[in-house]
This record gives sequence, structure tokens and C-alpha cells, in this order.
Amino acid sequence: MRSAGGHRDRGFFKSIDWRLVICYLLLVFIGWVNIYASVHSSDPASIFDWTCRSGKQAVWMGTAFIIAIVVLLMNPRIYESLAVPIYLFVGALLVAVIFLGIDVKGSSSWFEFGPVRFQPAEISKISTSLMLAAYMSQQGYRISRMRNFIVTALIILIPMAIIVLQSETGSALVYVGFIFMLYREGLSGWLIFLAGMAILSFILTLTASPFVAILVIVGIASLCICLYSDKLKWWFFICVPAIVLMAFVPSILAGFAEEGLKLKPLHILLGVIGLAIPPVIYWAYKERNTFSHLAIVSTIAGILLVFSADFIFNDVLQDHQRKRIEVLLGMKEDPAGVGYNVRQSKIAIGSGGMFGKGYLNGTQTTYGFVPEQSTDFIFCTIGEEWGFAGSAAVILLYVFLIWRIIRDAEQSREAFTRIYGYCVACCIFMHLFINIGMTIGLMPVIGIPLPLISYGGSSLWGFTALIFIFIALYRNEKKYF
Amino acid sequence: MKLNRQNKLIIGLCIAALILIAKLFSIQIIEDKYKMDAENNSMVYSTIYPTRGIIHDRNGNILVGNKVAYDLMVTPKEVEAFDTLALSRVLEVPVEFIKEKMDEYRQKSRRIGYQSVVMIKQMPPEKYMRFAEVAYQFPGFRGQARSIREYPFNAGGNLLGYVSEVDAAFMEKHPDEYKSGDYAGKTGIEAAREKELRGEKGYNIWLRNSRNKIEQRYADGAFDKDAVPGDNITTTIDAKLQNYGQMLMNNKVGSLIAIEPSTGEILTMVSSPGIDVDMLADIGQHYGEISSNPYKPMFNRTVQASYPPGSVFKLVNGLIGLQEGVFNPSTLYGCKMGYHFGKNKLGCHAHKSPINFEESIMMSCNAYYCYVFRDILENKKYGSIDEAMDKWNEYVKSFGFGQKLGSDFPSELGGFIPDSKYYNKHYRKGGWKATTVISLSIGQGEIGCTPLHLANLCATIANRGHYYIPHIIKDSENIRIDDKYRERQYTMVDTTHFPKVIGGMYRAVNSGYGSGGTASVAAVEGLDICGKTGTAQNPHGHDHSVFICFAPKDDPKIAVAAYVENGGFGATWAAPIASLLTEMYLNGEISKDRKALEDRIIKGDLMDRVKVKK
Repeated sequence: MRSAGGHRDRGFFKSIDWRLVICYLLLVFIGWVNIYASVHSSDPASIFDWTCRSGKQAVWMGTAFIIAIVVLLMNPRIYESLAVPIYLFVGALLVAVIFLGIDVKGSSSWFEFGPVRFQPAEISKISTSLMLAAYMSQQGYRISRMRNFIVTALIILIPMAIIVLQSETGSALVYVGFIFMLYREGLSGWLIFLAGMAILSFILTLTASPFVAILVIVGIASLCICLYSDKLKWWFFICVPAIVLMAFVPSILAGFAEEGLKLKPLHILLGVIGLAIPPVIYWAYKERNTFSHLAIVSTIAGILLVFSADFIFNDVLQDHQRKRIEVLLGMKEDPAGVGYNVRQSKIAIGSGGMFGKGYLNGTQTTYGFVPEQSTDFIFCTIGEEWGFAGSAAVILLYVFLIWRIIRDAEQSREAFTRIYGYCVACCIFMHLFINIGMTIGLMPVIGIPLPLISYGGSSLWGFTALIFIFIALYRNEKKYF
Repeated sequence: MKLNRQNKLIIGLCIAALILIAKLFSIQIIEDKYKMDAENNSMVYSTIYPTRGIIHDRNGNILVGNKVAYDLMVTPKEVEAFDTLALSRVLEVPVEFIKEKMDEYRQKSRRIGYQSVVMIKQMPPEKYMRFAEVAYQFPGFRGQARSIREYPFNAGGNLLGYVSEVDAAFMEKHPDEYKSGDYAGKTGIEAAREKELRGEKGYNIWLRNSRNKIEQRYADGAFDKDAVPGDNITTTIDAKLQNYGQMLMNNKVGSLIAIEPSTGEILTMVSSPGIDVDMLADIGQHYGEISSNPYKPMFNRTVQASYPPGSVFKLVNGLIGLQEGVFNPSTLYGCKMGYHFGKNKLGCHAHKSPINFEESIMMSCNAYYCYVFRDILENKKYGSIDEAMDKWNEYVKSFGFGQKLGSDFPSELGGFIPDSKYYNKHYRKGGWKATTVISLSIGQGEIGCTPLHLANLCATIANRGHYYIPHIIKDSENIRIDDKYRERQYTMVDTTHFPKVIGGMYRAVNSGYGSGGTASVAAVEGLDICGKTGTAQNPHGHDHSVFICFAPKDDPKIAVAAYVENGGFGATWAAPIASLLTEMYLNGEISKDRKALEDRIIKGDLMDRVKVKK
């Protein structure tokens, strides 16, 4: 023990990051009063009424606090040593729930024990974070080494895949957030850039056309190559005019189409790209410029993605997922009422104005127009009753929480604590962005809860354990300063 | 600040948060699409109920249509002092009724809040129009249009099913799909195709000002949603035939089913006594009356009653015997007023002896099938009677017995066919032999089947060895039925064995009076009806009268099963009913010389014979 070397234990209370704890408590409390508001009707019951969701949430909160205390009291070393068994056990639970779980709204991801329902996917975030931290904090780990990278990817992808099999695509999406942690740990930033480009070209293909999408890809790829090789002039004098010229091709061709010309703009564009690539490859080879090679490969991959986007969209995605994306991108005006949730949610939030209608005075949320209003759409209640001021404050509170976790993670001396901390920050961030993004129409409707605020025992317990394990790990280090 | 990765991530976090906040700012502060002015501080949703899909028969006749009725809605918070007497006069209800209702709303005012409640359900349009003229005198009262069911044909309440307001238990079972005030099909076709029929609700959004007055449409109706009407469906029912079947079964307890053998489509499905369609439209009013009726009209006997099949089942045993090779069509068995085993006897009626297979069907000899069935169970091929019994069970089940047929009609019952396990439990292993269970040979004993099973048996024989799962919905514009209804279901008996059985059935009907044929009453000139009578013993009273038949013999167009409780001999009631239905379907009318028979059947009243618990 290092404490034997003269360091004094600063005591249980002093070593805890109280700002994090207070931030946690604030969010849980905000959640509770807003759950009460969301189930509030003209015939009000007490906030503690067990038959109401607010009453149940009070019980979940009580148990969550017990979990938090237990987590703090345990020796944080066990999280590191038990990471592998916990990861395997939760993995087994995830598989088991597919066969043994009960069916809730078309997804089989819940266990039911009497009155209590429990979703293993909620603790899978913890087990995956612990596993990542344990693996990546090993001596000699380097993310740029292929073997290390593949194992890391598998640790993330395996639970993700099982969760997709449970038809809980939303929960699986959260794992994408780990990419930010990987970036902090040395993953090339280009990977995030490429992922972003993939999403952009996917959206462009669906909303505009493959032609536009490919043009944008080529434009950005050529910009990157020129920037990297310090030839920005080339880009402005060769690439930009070429791209602008190509942009006029469709309208020029349309003029000839009447005369029976059957050439499509896309064909011309692909032809030009096909002609342009060999000289660039030759030049890159001569200059020994690996970056350009990779950029060209990525460009080709991007063009292939554009052509497969249609297939992915129509054949891989499930019906309801496709509809949600269509509504989000405005491709279809509310097909078959899928936009209902989002529209109701926007009306509720929008009607809040600057300072809101006041606590328990919301009409949209309390009359039951917003679906799932105490779980996934709880932010509507906040938006309606507390207005822009209140909802922005809640977002800032989350930003503070995430920032504080990152700060603590960076201050810690052990890689395990740092990596775990980043995992926690990523999870919370993804939930925050997807959930709030969904209620205000920035994201498609993806049913995941708002951390600590949404109604539900499973989710609250999961996030409580997730956050408090980090607080415990951090405390453990601080103790010896 | 260094631009290291930690800081880049934090900058990214801040940008993401800014995006969220900017979007919030835009919908909460800038855009007024989502805003209501200070006066109009709440929105009121009024539901637009969709019209239910129309139910057609196979020929395009409307079995179930829609008509408009109005619910009188009250919003208690908007009601001002009004002339109770005048309102009661317009609505044709007692003054006390209105006073009582208003008192009730006052008591529940906290729970009702600003909502509207239904005061009177389903007023006919004439009455509503009278109210609408003076409605301005009664603020807080308004009418809400709703479409309710209308029945141009009396096709029977059990077949069509009824639609009623959903209750708490129903909503529990279908979370998120129904809200109180919604209607749903509860039985029959209405329930079977609820998903297609119900359509989708819409709503209008209104603005309510701070004085609780509804003043205008929210955003000029931009956010309103139209109701989507339900899909129309086409049934396999022949409305005219169904109607005629109802007439034949009038004042009798039992079932009458007709199937088109070449498709498995159900042409007619009568459960008697049934619910009159006049009651169906407003089932709530009549519910007490219907459920207190001792003959249980809500009980759909065609698919839910389990009966012994009686002699009709001899056909199945005969076919199994032929397939197993325990006898052949020319095998002769003698019958001395029954089958004698030890000191016991299973009785039979007087007929010539010995007889071959066809004659055994024609005369419905009991002894013949005791021999056949005993040989099936004592077949040397099988090591034990247990094994032979289970093989027999397998055969019988291949005809669709002993299990749900899988029809699209709701709440079908499976019936029961015993196996060795059942008897081993009942007697003990080795404690029973062929003669113990000999009554199975003539379709008595532990066998239970529904009238639908019998109609399906008849269709199977008409098809010479296969059937299509009986069903009630046809393909139509928006609905494609499951492929399983297009697949042939083969029995375990070869097609080659069926002609002999059909020969026997033909002779049972067409041999003329005095020949010994049991079903001469069912003969119709030129139709080549093939049939088999059954008289199911009933320890509680008169025997049940059973008859199955199909026609024409060589190109079957219809297969019918009639089961008349306490009707006595198969030939007395069931055979005339089934043959009249067949004749009506194939000829479109009843021939002159059978008019007297038709008259006797329609007027016949067997209700007194049926023992009921009063």
C-alpha cells in the first residue's frame, strides 16, 4: 500500500468530488419533479403516491442512492480485477434476455422479476467501459497496433451487436460514442472525420442525389489532399473550377436530352473521376505520399457507399427506422403519423417560450398529447414548463457534469481511471445528444432515456453505478495525495 | 490553452451543446409556429373517428355497412344555466335523467376537468338535427358524429360479431392502441379483422382561451390529422345462403356450416339461436337480455361447441381401415341387431345382413364398424394396442380432428381425439382393450369435435382426400390472406380409397325409400347429393341429429354439415336442413315437391326439447 509511505488518507468525505455528486443529485431531483409534472393531471395525487410514476421513481431513487453508497464503500481495485468476469457475465445476460426476456414494444430486452423490470443493456454500458479501461490500460497497449485495435473494437462491437439483435438499435447507437474515448487514447482523428463524412454522404444521397453526394465527396477529398501536401493553390485553380463545371453538367445535359442524348450526368461525373484518379495516384507514388493514397481509397469507398445507400436504406433498415429517418430529413411529410411524436414534442417545447408556463402548468404534457412523456420525452415537460431558460440550464448542467468527469479523468494518474472516465463521459454525452436531439427534431426518434432524468429504475440504477464507480475510482487516487 | 485532444473534445462537447441550445432557441423563442398567443393558452384536441371498413359477402353484397349517429357530448366546465325542461323535450329524455347526469358531472368535476363526456350515445340523425337547431341555447353541449354499424342482411350476430366501446381490460391487453371511447370488434369477423377494419383516428386541434372558450383552429388546421377509414374486407360468405340457413335453423339449437370444397371458403356459418343483427348495432342496450337468455345465443356453437360426431365418424374409421388393409370394400360382415362381444352388445337397427362396405355406409350399420375398428386396434402390424391406438389417433388428426383447424375465425375450439395415454390414465396400462373403447367405432365415447370439423370432413371426402383450411376472409384490394389457406392439407389415407366411401354416401341418399338407405329424405333430383346421417347419443335427452353432405358427386361445389341438438335421428332434421341448403345453393330455389319439407323445417320448433338451466 502506498499509504504506508507517509501519505495520509484524506478521509472518506474529503476525497470525494462533491461537485460531481451535487450535479448528479440535482439532475436526479430535476428528473423526479418533472416526472411528477408529466403524470400530473387535473386530479392530482401526491408526488409519493406509489400508483403514480413519480412515487415509483422515489423508490428507484432511494435504491439508486443505496447503490451509490455501496459503490463508494467498496474497494475500487475490484472493478479493475473483476472487469473481465463482469464483462462476460453481462454478455451472457444480454444473450439470455433475447430468449428469456419479456416482450416490450417489439424488443426483447427486459427481464421481469415481479413488479420490477430490468434491462441488461443498461449495465452493459458499465461492463463494457470497465472492460475497455482494463484492456487499454495494460502496459504496452497501443491503439495504433492492429492487434490492440481489433480487440478494442471487438470489446465494443460484441455487446453492440447483441443489443441490435434485441431490437434495441437506439441503445446500441450509444456505443458509437466510445469513438471519442478512442480518439483521446490516440486513435487517428481521420477516423472520426471519415465516419462523419460517411454519415454526410448517406444523408446527401437520400435528400439530394447521388450526383451531389459524389461531387461533395470529391470536393472534400481533393481539399484534404491539397491541404496535406501544401498545394492549396492547386485546389483553388484546378479542383474548384472542375467541380463548378461538373455542377453545371446536369442542366447542360438536360438541354441536349430533347435531342435524344441518353447520357446521364452521373456517368459523366464518374468518367471524369475515373480519368483523374490515375494521374493523382502516379503523382502520390512519386512523392511517396501515403496520405493521398489513403484519401483516394476513402473516396472510392465513399462513392461505393453512395451507391449502396439506397440499398442500406431500403433493405437493411427496418420499416419504422426508415420512416423515422424520412421524417427527420423531411423527405416525407409525416408518413402514416410517424412524425406525430416529434411534432407533439416540438409543440410542447415550443409553447414554453422564454420562461415556460410554470411548474405543473403545462397543458401539452399534462393532457397526455406527448407520448412516452415521463420516459423518453421527459425533456418536453422541462421545455414546456421551464421554457428556454430552464431547458438550456439543464443542458448546461449536463455539460458541466461531462466536463467535470473529463477534467477528473485527465487529472488521474492511472490509465484505468482516465479511460473509464472518458467512457462514462461518452455514454452520458451520447444519451444527452440523441435524446434531446430527438425531442427537438434534430435526431430521428430513437428511444433512449435522458440520463438520470427519465423515469425508470433500470436506467437510473445503471447511470448511478456508472457515475459512482468513476467517483470511487477517482477518490481512491486522490486519497493519497 | 493547448489544443491537445482533451481540449478538442471539450470544444466538441461545447459545440454540440450549442447546437442543441440554438435549436431550442429557435423553436422556443424565434419561430411562432409552435407558439400560441397569451390569450389562447391551451390546445384542445377533438378526435375524428374513422369509419370502419365495410364487410362484403363473396358476391359484393354489403353484410355490414355504416351509418351516422351522434353522441351528445357535454363539457361540464362550459355549461351555463339552461332550461332543463326544454333540453329534455328536444332530446326526448326525462328531465330527471338530465338532472341526474348534471349532478354526476358536478361530483366528478375534478376528474373531468376540461374534458368532454358523453351524455347520450348514438342518437339517430333526425333527433340530433332537432337538437342542433336549438343547440345555441345550450352552451357546453355539442354533438359528435360517429359512424355505427348497419346490417342490410340478417347474416347472424355470431358470424359478423359486434363492435363495442373498449373497456379497461381490453385496453390493458392492447396498450397504446386504444383509448377509452374507442370502439373495437369483439367477436366474429369484426374481431378477426379488427386491425384492417378499424382505420386510424385523426384529430382537430382547437385553441382554448383563458376563459375556457374554444375560439379558433390552431395554426389554421395545419397540424390537424385526418382520420383514415378502415379497409373494406370481403368475406367468403354467401349472404343469401347465410340468410336462408338462418331461416332453416330458426327455433332449433345447433349449427349449420357450408364450405366450398375446392377452396375451403366458408359459404355459410349459422349458430342457432343467434343474436339478431338489430341488437348487434347497439349491443350494450341488449347485453343483459342476450346474456340472460338460457339458450346462450352468444355461444358460437359452430366453432366452440364440442359434440360427439355420431355415425358420421364411421366414414373416417372406414377409410382408416381401408388404408391399413384390415378389410377391403367387398368384405362382408353380418349384423344380428348389433355387435356382440362377451355378454355385451352394441345395438344396431334392423337391416339386411351380411353387407359389404358401401352398404354399411348406406344403411349405417353399427356392427360393421365394430369389426373394422377392432381390427384396426388389434392389427398384428403393431406391437401393442397402445401403438395401434396412437396410429389411429394420428390418422384421425390428419383429417383435422382433435386440433384447431387454424381457420381465421376467432375463438375456434380444438375438440378431442383420445390416444393410448388417455386410456392408460383412465383405466391403467393394459387395463383396456378394443372392446372397452368400441364406441369410438361409431363416433361416440370420448371423441369431441366441432361442427366446423364435420363440415371440413365432408369437404375432405368431397375432395377425395385433402382439404383447405376453412376460412372466412377472401383476398380483396387491400388484404391478402395467408398462404396457408391456399395449401392442400392431405390426410394420411390415399385418394384411391375415397370413391368407395363416396359410393356409399351416394347410395345412402339416392337409393329411394324402402332400400334401407338412411338419408333418402335428402335426395334432390339432378343434384347427386352424397350424404351420411348421424344420430349422436345424448344421455341428457333426445339424441342429436347430424348430417353431412356434398354435391354434386363428381364436381363438388358445396359441402355441408348440420348438427341439430336434440333433433333425434339424423334423417329427421339435420338431413333435410343440409339438403335444402345444398339445393338452394346449387339451384337457387327449392323444387315444388320439396316445398312441403321446407315448410315443415322452417316452422319446426325444437326449443322445448332442449334442456336449459333456467
